[in-house]
Amino acid sequence: MGRVDKNLLKNIKGFENKKIYDKPYTYLGKNEVKSKSSNLKDHVKRSKIVDSIEEVIKKTGLKDGMTISFGHHFRNGDKTLMLVVEVISKMGIKNIRIASSSLTSGHDGLVEYIKDGTVNRLETSGIRTKLAKAVSEGIMGEHPVVIRSHGGRARAIASGDLKIDVAFLGVPSSDCMGNANGVNGKAPCGALGYAMVDAQYADQVVILTDCLAEYPNYPQSINQTQVDYVVVVEEVGDPKGIMTGATRAVSNPKELLLAKSVVEVMKASGYFVDGFSMQTGSGGAALAVNKFIKDELIKQDIKLGFALGGLTSPMCAMLEEGYVAKILDTQSFDQVAGESLKANENHIEISAEYYASIGTSSAVNKLDFVILSALEIDTDFNVNVISGSDGIIRAASGGHSDTAAMAKVSIIVAPLTRGRIATIIDKVTTLVTPGETIDVVVTDYGTIVNPNRTDLIEKLTKSGIKLITMKKAREIATKLVGIPTPIEFDDQIVAIVEYRDGTVIDVIKKTKTK
Amino acid sequence: MELKITATAGTLESSDIQIILEPSDGGIEIELESTVKAQFGEQIEKVIKGTLRSMDVRDAKVTANDKGAIDPVIISRMQTAIYRSAQNTNYKWV
Repeated sequence: MGRVDKNLLKNIKGFENKKIYDKPYTYLGKNEVKSKSSNLKDHVKRSKIVDSIEEVIKKTGLKDGMTISFGHHFRNGDKTLMLVVEVISKMGIKNIRIASSSLTSGHDGLVEYIKDGTVNRLETSGIRTKLAKAVSEGIMGEHPVVIRSHGGRARAIASGDLKIDVAFLGVPSSDCMGNANGVNGKAPCGALGYAMVDAQYADQVVILTDCLAEYPNYPQSINQTQVDYVVVVEEVGDPKGIMTGATRAVSNPKELLLAKSVVEVMKASGYFVDGFSMQTGSGGAALAVNKFIKDELIKQDIKLGFALGGLTSPMCAMLEEGYVAKILDTQSFDQVAGESLKANENHIEISAEYYASIGTSSAVNKLDFVILSALEIDTDFNVNVISGSDGIIRAASGGHSDTAAMAKVSIIVAPLTRGRIATIIDKVTTLVTPGETIDVVVTDYGTIVNPNRTDLIEKLTKSGIKLITMKKAREIATKLVGIPTPIEFDDQIVAIVEYRDGTVIDVIKKTKTK
Repeated sequence: MELKITATAGTLESSDIQIILEPSDGGIEIELESTVKAQFGEQIEKVIKGTLRSMDVRDAKVTANDKGAIDPVIISRMQTAIYRSAQNTNYKWV
């Protein structure tokens, strides 16, 4: 009998129902390992390593119908997702919902596991190549894919709309307790911004790594307090598919022209002042903007306050040279960005929730400019970044709608036509980013300002920028390429597009097979 | 104009169309591949047929591989292929 008993507690207000001390290891919980040793200290868990994926799946108690999640930081080189799904399939577990921060060409193999019933639901930012085609052709049956923006996914997870039973997070390096980062190891990917959200909110977290580091591993993008198990696998990602070397310098004259026009718009907007902030996408013209920005910063002797991303090498070079004070990074797109995150203390890793969630005060709220690309823009300024003009899903929602909504000036940069396809059309195939949030569209035939932004129209006109109307741009496009035959769809809904606040903004229908 | 030999014009670059013309004795036969077939397939065939008609070619096998060419490009590639196939250098560009 200890010093405290029920009768004692009964008389202390607020402590009536407190548990009474028994033994130091009674409530060890997850920190206990089974051991026959008489030495109590041998019962303390000092490593979370589990021998195989199969064993860890058993330990998590994964059952039919549950939700598992993944991060897409290995991009096309990801090996983790397929590795886990393969084992789940072998174990005979069915009807799994996969909630990945995105899906890439590395996940085409999922088609097989959807067919055999292992996986029956997908929630993701994007789908590409073979899997996207299969989805567009109706493979998901009665469960349409749920498409979310990066911020929208973080909001859904944090709010409980998207409950993750087990997160399987492949990381380039981890120690035996689950302290993990993306900058060390044999397949470095840079920032782990998407996986950080899953690690924080999933019921159970499994770390998979191919590089077991000495304890304590540092830096700690994911730390051990969030992790339940660690599994060492042969390969989490193929470095060739994860990173391009350095993002190529843009030499396409059309892209350079577009980028120059974007910078002119930024300069004229009134927000191009010392300490301003910006994000650019990873499209050619958006990337080229970085070069012209730098020239302008030098000319005006000002600096960028911070850059947000999705980061690539040009902005990291600017950080190194002192033209930008800080970089906030959820995902490093190239090798230089990954190395910069590792080496430069002003290159700061942030989670997708910090980046763009509407459910919290996120970094996008502090953006002055965002420069984005688009597959299609319609005459109401609505933007499609997910489905091709043939109606087939091919890309990702990404942070498009998050940044467009919150930046003081959102700029879409796109050529008026691509091959024979007009970029500006009457009605976007799929609505991802609502036109009300788009301020300026820069094309190679002139710049278009949303009529709602009378302030920008005034400022840009004063600066001598050639403005055209959406109607005029549409006319030029039609004159160039002609009028396409409308794409036909079946009634089956193959994907639901959620806006960043969790509302449904559009659906994607099955493409008609001829 | 009568086609005599197999001739080609155009490339497989983006926004171009590659035309292969072969003599035939069974009217006009078109085999079209296009990156924008769903949206512009009919229009491309219409332009190909129109160009053949305008140059009075009645028998031809056309193999077209389109990478998003606009109508004027399709017309000029067709005209060139026809002159080459007919071994005719009496060019009348229209």
